[in-house]
Amino acid sequence: MAEQQSILHLNNKSKIKVALIGNPNSGKSTLFNALTGLNQKTGNFPGVTVDKKSGTIKFENGSTAEIIDLPGTYSLYPKSMDEQVAFEVLCNPDNKNYPDITIVVADASNLKRNLFLVSQIIDLKIPAILVLNMMDMVEKEGDRIDTTRLSEKLGVKVIGISARNKNGINALKDAILEPIPVPQYDFIDIKKIAPELVEKVKSVIKVNSDFAAFQIINNLNEMSYFDKNKDRKTKIEDALNTFIIDKNQLQQKESVERYKVINRLVEECITHTSAIKTETFTHRLDSILTHRIWGYAVFLTVLFFIFQSIFFLAAYPMDWIETLFVSISKTTANTLPPGELNNLIVNGIIAGLSGVVIFVPQIALLFAFIAILEDTGYMARVSFIMDKLLRKFGLNGRSIIPLISGVACAVPAIMSARTISNWKERIITIMVTPLMSCSARLPVYTLLISLVIPPNEKLGFFNYQGMILMALYLIGFIAAILAALVMKWILKAKEKSYFIMELPVYRTPQWRNVGLTIYEKVQVFLWDAGKIIVAISVILWFLSSHAPGNKFAEIEKKYTDYSWRADLNDAEIEAKIGAEKLEVSYAGILGKSIEPAIAPLGFDWKIGISLITSFAAREVFVGTMATIYSVGDSDNTQSIQDKMRKEINPKTGLPQFTIAVGFSLLLFYAFAMQCMSTLAIVYRETKNIKWPIIQFLYMSALAYLASLLVYQLLK
Amino acid sequence: MLTFARMGNKLKQLSELKLGEKAVIDSFTDDAMALKLLEMGCTPGEMVELDKIAPMGDPIAISISGYLLSLRKEEASTVLVSPLN
Repeated sequence: MAEQQSILHLNNKSKIKVALIGNPNSGKSTLFNALTGLNQKTGNFPGVTVDKKSGTIKFENGSTAEIIDLPGTYSLYPKSMDEQVAFEVLCNPDNKNYPDITIVVADASNLKRNLFLVSQIIDLKIPAILVLNMMDMVEKEGDRIDTTRLSEKLGVKVIGISARNKNGINALKDAILEPIPVPQYDFIDIKKIAPELVEKVKSVIKVNSDFAAFQIINNLNEMSYFDKNKDRKTKIEDALNTFIIDKNQLQQKESVERYKVINRLVEECITHTSAIKTETFTHRLDSILTHRIWGYAVFLTVLFFIFQSIFFLAAYPMDWIETLFVSISKTTANTLPPGELNNLIVNGIIAGLSGVVIFVPQIALLFAFIAILEDTGYMARVSFIMDKLLRKFGLNGRSIIPLISGVACAVPAIMSARTISNWKERIITIMVTPLMSCSARLPVYTLLISLVIPPNEKLGFFNYQGMILMALYLIGFIAAILAALVMKWILKAKEKSYFIMELPVYRTPQWRNVGLTIYEKVQVFLWDAGKIIVAISVILWFLSSHAPGNKFAEIEKKYTDYSWRADLNDAEIEAKIGAEKLEVSYAGILGKSIEPAIAPLGFDWKIGISLITSFAAREVFVGTMATIYSVGDSDNTQSIQDKMRKEINPKTGLPQFTIAVGFSLLLFYAFAMQCMSTLAIVYRETKNIKWPIIQFLYMSALAYLASLLVYQLLK
Repeated sequence: MLTFARMGNKLKQLSELKLGEKAVIDSFTDDAMALKLLEMGCTPGEMVELDKIAPMGDPIAISISGYLLSLRKEEASTVLVSPLN
């Protein structure tokens, strides 16, 4: 038998490749974590936005194996992007991730449906081990699975484990080290479904099995292998062109055949000891969590807790990080010799790093919650109760988590959109989330609102300032929903939007999984988005701290002249120098050069400069205003406001910051994409520069139009 | 088309089942949807029970071969079932 040749003797190989595949909710990730621990990293599969988790398994004999966690899939029909990745790796022996061994994880408490994928892998004739996970659940339900019999019938090794309790992990590790034969029998006879077609393909190309030929017939255009081997593709196309092929019918027949065998098999291998099998706990909990009143009440409470945590709880560690970086930059500034390098390191690089690390607490907290929600099975219920409402706007039931988290910070919020499996719904969620008013806008809102609205003005019971602040949050939310609606019409779907998914039984969360999720997300953010953020910070630093020619030197010289000093103290002189330097810097030149464009919005060049510098982060607006108006202490909002209030528009001779300018600026900050970190993470999450660019352009256009409208109406 | 001819009972759409009503899957009216549902274990001859209806009336969740499967009404309307009395 030719298949005997493919038996692997692993001891002869330096490092074997293992692929982990299974249905969603089969406990695949838990097993992956149990096998690798912290020896894992996240990369991505080439050309797609699907994250590739890989890691190393260490064996007791000192050898190691490389393991890839393939995306969860119910079958090897490539319909979604996730499924395409799994399909591509397993169906293309030329793929660089093509495994030596495939571990198929099946939820033993839900064996029938899980055996479907198993049966396809068997028919592909890939050396495989079947892992029956959640054996503890099976026992608890009073069932017994005859693994020996199952193994005999399937022709592959079967190992029962419970990944949560780490039961059976060592047995699995031992099994990986043993020679793994390719599956011995065909699960179903594919030739019965398409006899001539399979023969035809096999006559022109060498394949491992009938099912491989069958997959080629059905997915010829989806296999990247044939992009590189065009001659073979043409050969197959020529061989098949006399046939009329209804791929869908072929696959439907295949599915029915598989389930026929599966039903017989399950009958033979499972014995039910208790008469009724019901998940009473899940049922009872669902009657509350998907209830038409309690369901939403609980969900709102959960959202409230998440929001409180990332908004307020994260503030403490963020303060520590800030303090730490202030002391680091002070020490560095004093240690290194003064000069350009010192300036670059302290104000460019360290400031940039601080701007990256500052996000870690929010990311960690949000993903702790998300991991718990996913792990317990609650996230699926959130989708279930929110789907109808959000579907109308092109969003997914799960979009609500990113949207609400966006009120704290768009960066972790956009990362959390990863739980949305549909490409179009996920892109829309990512694109509109930054319209939610994030916490970085709050200082800008506060400054501007109190600048143009007198503090004690009231409408009956309500304080005007408070109402406007609330209105801004509301406007952000409405804009996000409407933008989603527009994108729903514009964007073409890459895959059909299904809501066909499992509602898994409720489980207690696993803290190990939660910890590893946090670790993974923080790591991805720091490395992938962090480098972009630091690079842009350095550019922004350069723009605002350098000027053409020797303009800076001239300013400094000017203030050494006693007559300019008048009766100012040192701090006041410092502030004045800072203001003048910023004005002549590259950022200042840019700010002035955009003045004609922003004049119709009521903005002068000083605001122009702030728009440019606050691209680093929106709250920088306040700091830049402080510098421009030469207020030494940027924490002193009161004195910034005083100076701004006294500013006179040279053309009108009236105060610059009128109500019209105030509202125009407020709306601009509500809509504009003034955040490089968000753009960096959008790039990381979509893996395509197109999306952050479109996001930047559409949000800027929206901001410009809204400000233009409001200023022209109110002035 | 995969059809299990069943005598007596009139066929109806899966989306028309009442809460707690049981039925046997008969056939599909949409090929793409059929494939997706088949791989999830919704094969002709399999018994289903309408287990949940989302608070806003859509989606629904059915109990099939030992697990809960949620799907939109629009998707469920492509499945023809034969109700059990």
